[in-house]
Amino acid sequence: MEDGLNEARLGVNYDMAQEVFEKSGIQPTVCYQCRKCTSGCPLTFAMDYTPDQIVRFLILGLEERVLASRTIWVCSSCETCTTRCPNDIDIAGLMDHLKEEAHARGIVPPECRTVRAFHQAFLDDVARRGRVFEAGLLQRYMLTSGAWKDRLADGTLWSDVRMGWALLRRGRLPLKPQGVRAREEIRRIFQNAGKPQPVSQPSEAPSPSNQSASENPEAPN
Amino acid sequence: METVGYYPGCSLEGTARDYAASIQGVCEMLHVELRELDDWNCCGATAAHSLNRRLAVELPGRNLVLAEKQGLSELVVPCALCFNRLKTAEKALLGPQAHRFSLSYEGSVHVVDLLDFLARPKRIRWMKTHRVRSLEGLRAVCYYGCMVNRPPKVTNAPSWENPTNMDDLLSALGVQVLDWPFKTDCCGASHSVGRPDLVTTLTGRLFSRALAQGANCIVVSCQMCQANLDMFQERVARERKEAFHLPVFYFTDLMALALGDPRAAGWARRHLVDPMPLLEALGLAV
Repeated sequence: MEDGLNEARLGVNYDMAQEVFEKSGIQPTVCYQCRKCTSGCPLTFAMDYTPDQIVRFLILGLEERVLASRTIWVCSSCETCTTRCPNDIDIAGLMDHLKEEAHARGIVPPECRTVRAFHQAFLDDVARRGRVFEAGLLQRYMLTSGAWKDRLADGTLWSDVRMGWALLRRGRLPLKPQGVRAREEIRRIFQNAGKPQPVSQPSEAPSPSNQSASENPEAPN
Repeated sequence: METVGYYPGCSLEGTARDYAASIQGVCEMLHVELRELDDWNCCGATAAHSLNRRLAVELPGRNLVLAEKQGLSELVVPCALCFNRLKTAEKALLGPQAHRFSLSYEGSVHVVDLLDFLARPKRIRWMKTHRVRSLEGLRAVCYYGCMVNRPPKVTNAPSWENPTNMDDLLSALGVQVLDWPFKTDCCGASHSVGRPDLVTTLTGRLFSRALAQGANCIVVSCQMCQANLDMFQERVARERKEAFHLPVFYFTDLMALALGDPRAAGWARRHLVDPMPLLEALGLAV
């Protein structure tokens, strides 16, 4: 990778596998590198490391390399690896754990920031009403992640707009959000889970509310 | 009349309203009353399990607790991802790590995915005797996607590499069901928003294989699969400079069509890839 994310890779965290086990209950050290996970993975074409390499790096304690990888964000959680692992390692669960860590530390490769921005916007929406309102979510994601600029540049914004219009005409884009009555319960669930981790660099203190993904200073420009 | 609990999920209130309509219609005809879980909330979807492991259990978990309080012994779920998250929460809240979560759940609710519910042998027999027409001419590949089957430890799916319940159901409707190896391959799911480039690659593979098998339509049981195959089809065809037109039906669309519900074509017409030319050519458009 030429994105400068690999500078800290020389650091080794020998306790990484143990820490992963304690936090997630997943035991990566039983891997014997049969590569069944990688053979069945539909998304290796977009990954920088294959799933078996991620497991290996993790056992070796190459923390920065694992956390800064595209692989963990490109994983679509299709669960094929988890299903087929002969040693019963929940590899897709491992990817989730690593995403959560990378998200908390704010180390997400540039080409995967849109994925994280979408997840964040989604959770903000759930926190607000207890349910997701797709039309509003997509609009907010586009604006706050800066994705609209890339799509304007590569011309796909217009096909997105056409798609939205086509859905609206078919009565598939309701304009009124639905919500949960027991908002307090939802608020408590989010509170217990800990506020979604701030994604800022230390210099940019996040605001205490989690109202909007626009606080996401990681969003491109 | 049979009554079951029903958890529609957020997208059935939004972009998958066409799916919601056909489910309601089919269940009316089958004399199944869907009792919607009162005050249900979002399952957290991919966002929650990617960013916060506790939300990933407690958001869906609240729904299980509600269902239990509301006395629903069976909870039918049309969205594959919601189904998967509810089952994950069930395992987490009843497992050895239950103390990590602030919900107490007894485990009295049976979470069922809609396809499993509607493709039970007794219903397939019922469909055979009650269908008013055979859907001859439809050559379909059944696309099950990921989340109702994998991982089997969570979903309790009996045949996760080669599920057959949709094949059996559609065969009973007179559809010619084609064998193909991509039944449970991934469509890219929620990457449709953040990384649409990944979705066009993955769905592109599915289209190629479906066409190679001689299919004239794809049938799904998950609205995310439907959205990715339906909404991205024009773009995939354009990018690859190919011309193809593969309507993407929900299995409930075809059930309604076979049962002769006059609203069936109207539901299917709300998909982006227009199914009417195919249905008209086969004399199936009511």
